[in-house]
Amino acid sequence: MAVEGKTIDALSQFELSPVGGVFGWAVSFSQSNLFMVIAVVLTFWLMKATADRGAMVPGRLQALGESAYEFVAGMVRDQVGDEGKKYFPFVFSIFMFVLFGNLLGMLPYAFTYTSHIMVTLTLAVVVWVAVTVIALKRHGMHFFSYFFPEGAPVWLAPIIIPVEVISYLSRMVSLSVRLFANMVAGHVMLKVFATFVVLLGGLGAIGPFVAAMPLAVNVALVGFEFLVAFLQAYVFAILTSIYLHDAVHLH
Amino acid sequence: MNERDSFEERLRQARAREGLDKPVKGGPAPQSPWGFGLRAGVEVVSALVVGVGLGFALDRWLGTWPWLFLVFFVLGSVAGVLNVYRLFNPRPRSRARDE
Repeated sequence: MAVEGKTIDALSQFELSPVGGVFGWAVSFSQSNLFMVIAVVLTFWLMKATADRGAMVPGRLQALGESAYEFVAGMVRDQVGDEGKKYFPFVFSIFMFVLFGNLLGMLPYAFTYTSHIMVTLTLAVVVWVAVTVIALKRHGMHFFSYFFPEGAPVWLAPIIIPVEVISYLSRMVSLSVRLFANMVAGHVMLKVFATFVVLLGGLGAIGPFVAAMPLAVNVALVGFEFLVAFLQAYVFAILTSIYLHDAVHLH
Repeated sequence: MNERDSFEERLRQARAREGLDKPVKGGPAPQSPWGFGLRAGVEVVSALVVGVGLGFALDRWLGTWPWLFLVFFVLGSVAGVLNVYRLFNPRPRSRARDE
């Protein structure tokens, strides 16, 4: 998959193919879906293990689950305030889904479902619709004052309102594109440098020495990708919290 | 109270509080110029995409090609600049804050 006829093929890692034999073909159950299921099962298992044990002095697994919980709970509390507590399950689900998607993609042979714009866009649309519905429920028609700042001259309304509406809609796009672009860029870079290792390694006697350079780059990149995996899940969740804050407080 | 404009600052505070900054210190930090540039670029492009998309859709619907497309292209650009302005300017917006 990495090297085919001495060319760099960095994008075939994102191709979907059905898994699970006949069943997979029948319902188009791709490896992307498989890893989504794995992510959900892992999240569920982690939280269940954390909640079941409930030891006063947590073990490693329980500490992991509790720190994830407290991390997101603290974020929601800080960003949205006390009214935001009831939206915590939503933010936590989004965070864990994105985090596990990014991290599972770091395993060899795994598929990164967050590297597909359709997946991230769907997540962003879910966030956007949820935030808009929450704002509408809390504020009713007053919500639309969000699109026209108080004190602005009325004759500017034909310009300000479309611009604000476009800005509001663009949250959806920027939220999804940020995650998608980060994951695709990271995995493409990994694959390109891994291909360099193979291509340069075949250069006779000096090959292995030259190939050590892209290999070193790849080692650094793997570490960097773990950082990006956490950071992007964090950014996705904190932006969700900030949008929730806007929806709850409306200004 | 918090404002979405001060996102970067609160991000830094939250990261410091949660001890997330420790592994970042050695490597390239997310606050690097590259990170800023990438964020700003994403904001501009996404607003432009929404504007152009809306213009296209309205033109197809109303059959006014290319006028609404041109109008919404400009509006999308303005919204992109507005997004970046809000990204960098932590000034709270002069808008009803009593709620």
